[in-house]
Amino acid sequence: MFAPVYFDHNASTPLDPAVLEAMLPWLTEQYGNASSRHEYGRAARRAIDEARRRVAAAVGAHATEVVFTSGGSEANNLFVKGAAAFLKPGLLAVSAVEHPCVIKPAEQLARRGWVLRTLAVDGEGRVDADAYGAVLAERPKLVSVMLANNETGVLQDVPALASAARGSGAWFHTDAVQALGKVAVDFRALNAAGVHAMTLSAHKIGGPKGAAALVLDKRVELEPLIAGGGHERGLRSGTENVAAIVGFGAACELAVQRRAENAARLLALRGELERGLGAQGARLFGAGAERLPNTVYFAVPDVDGETLVGHLDRAGFAVASGAACSSANPEPSHVLRAMGVAPELARGAVRISLGGGNTAQQVQDFLKTLQATVSKLQQLTAMAV
Amino acid sequence: MLKLPIYLDYSATTPVDPRVAEKMIPFLVEKFGNPASRSHSFGWETEAAVEEAREEVAKLVGADAKEIVWTSGATESNNLAIKGAAHFYSGKGKHLITLKTEHKAVLDTCRELERQGFEVTYLDVKENGLLDLDVFKAALRPDTILASVMFVNNEIGVIQPIAEIGEICREKGIIFHVDAAQATGKVVIDLNTLKVDLMSFSAHKTYGPKGIGALYIRRKPRIRLEAQMHGGGHERGFRSGTLATHQIVGMGEAFRIAREEMAEENARIGKLRDRLLKGLSDIEAVYINGDIEHRVPHNLNISFAYVEGESMLMAIKDLAVSSGSACTSASLEPSYVLRALGREDELAHSSIRFTIGRFNTEEEIDYAIKLLHEKIGKLRELSPLWEMYKDGVDLNTVQWAAH
Repeated sequence: MFAPVYFDHNASTPLDPAVLEAMLPWLTEQYGNASSRHEYGRAARRAIDEARRRVAAAVGAHATEVVFTSGGSEANNLFVKGAAAFLKPGLLAVSAVEHPCVIKPAEQLARRGWVLRTLAVDGEGRVDADAYGAVLAERPKLVSVMLANNETGVLQDVPALASAARGSGAWFHTDAVQALGKVAVDFRALNAAGVHAMTLSAHKIGGPKGAAALVLDKRVELEPLIAGGGHERGLRSGTENVAAIVGFGAACELAVQRRAENAARLLALRGELERGLGAQGARLFGAGAERLPNTVYFAVPDVDGETLVGHLDRAGFAVASGAACSSANPEPSHVLRAMGVAPELARGAVRISLGGGNTAQQVQDFLKTLQATVSKLQQLTAMAV
Repeated sequence: MLKLPIYLDYSATTPVDPRVAEKMIPFLVEKFGNPASRSHSFGWETEAAVEEAREEVAKLVGADAKEIVWTSGATESNNLAIKGAAHFYSGKGKHLITLKTEHKAVLDTCRELERQGFEVTYLDVKENGLLDLDVFKAALRPDTILASVMFVNNEIGVIQPIAEIGEICREKGIIFHVDAAQATGKVVIDLNTLKVDLMSFSAHKTYGPKGIGALYIRRKPRIRLEAQMHGGGHERGFRSGTLATHQIVGMGEAFRIAREEMAEENARIGKLRDRLLKGLSDIEAVYINGDIEHRVPHNLNISFAYVEGESMLMAIKDLAVSSGSACTSASLEPSYVLRALGREDELAHSSIRFTIGRFNTEEEIDYAIKLLHEKIGKLRELSPLWEMYKDGVDLNTVQWAAH
């Protein structure tokens, strides 16, 4: 029995050993509560301050713009609901391909007096410019469009979208959870273009689960989601998760240092993977758009995605069907539906997301295994018919 | 050789027990799958660990694992419980009851609901910090939908009559929420018998990691909540967001240890507390804050009269303790908990909370006693108030000149 190959880095990533090393003291001997005034507490506070500087530096933000949360979902909820609670109900616009932790809060606001506009995307998954222009003409108060999609890896032209939204006076948010560490993410530049807030997460970049951030232009005012004690400038109460925050800071620093080199390597692997998939008759989603260097989203016609990933897992390859989501929802991916992919084909969707540890050999092995698995499944289907 | 400063602030946070850390580390390193990943063994492995930990948390408090929802900590649990229930049941009424001595996570949440049109009654406590049940009964109204009372107070360690309050609430059909962040591993909690509907837990007050907590949500009779965090529908829709596996595993292990060792540990810690109390009892003009009987054995909260609070903290910086001033800010507000007991601001400022825990020793307690004797004596020598007190002047009768 060999160790399975992990091809699901958009779901979560292994912790970098250097990150673990940075975290360990804060789990054991350095255990103070950062709100305590004695030396144990002050040491924890200093560690959080340092991590805040590192996270900020990694994305070209100022440390005072970083609000730590327990995860990307919380950060997205904090922006959408927190901004809405501060404003009077009006129009909000989110892209059709956002993560559920943006779409669901938006839908909740729609039940509370807000009007929700879902921004249509083209066949490659990019926000449709005409449809977007029409929504902007209605003067939305909030807009949220992700930098990179978790399923397809497709990048949105966020600077252009934010810039266009300026005239409407909307607060513009971007979920950069999947973009960080894979493409350049510069909050200062985004901010200059008109982005007011951005979500980051540690566990997608070799950091621990349980730490994330909302990077927030200080001119934007939010109501907190979690009250009680006034931590994080009153935007997020609760004892700080020191170890995870320290890990987040270390992971950000490493991710940025290694990004260019990693991206080039992963792009080469992705190319091989896509050539192989094409040769096997697979359909690639979003391939005509600029994408993350690590993500491949495909379907083999007439092969069910759930079934295929089950077989691939048993053959030693960990991949995802659609997004890693906790609902046992058999519906095809909302992202592919928004792209106009036929439901039959969408049900075949399989996502491969590469990471630092993956090799060309693994890609070759995978392509062989896929071919064998698909032909076995097709034979079974043929027999059943 | 003693390691200084001596940590006597276990109610602020606890070290992660080495057994807990050991159990967590594999989930930081090789077992990194997202528990929500349904398509491969990396995900199944972490999902199984999450469920095992859920069982452990449930077992400590006599709950069913299905009644436990993971959160990022007790603050989030308190927010989810109170706002979630208030919003869901707002059609039934808009009145809530809580205590003036609750944690900020409860009080600030209640304030937020007030701004949204709810009404909240903040009950006084008795001089010993305990809730008077008659006062509680008198505050109930036909439109009361929820009461929130903490199990163990974080500052003074008093244990509220949760069983009795639960009976009253159940009879009236009022949802009862209990913040048990300071109670786990210190008092026996049996949700099979307690008529509590919602209970908040924290890992890092019970030798688990920071960043993880849980909310108990009763199934029989079933309690409904409006989720506060939406997304992938994790935790049966009660709380979306990727589960931090290593932290959850850590909380499970911490609660397992608490269940197995608390009887013995409480006896040992109680002895250390009594030793500290005895050692300090020959200092003149000291006052214990909060009832000494209905109290967890870990806590001792004492006011040292005629000593200036800030100077005292500086003088005893070899002890890592909390003072009677607000802890989360640089402000010098006296503790609202001590004020609720009727303590004057001066006494609140000169109070110290000692909270003793798993890794304290007799030697450390003896060091603390000796240090306090020395420093309190010195500070009082410098204090004109002390001098007046020793001369028999009743300070309440003194007319202070305005400058």
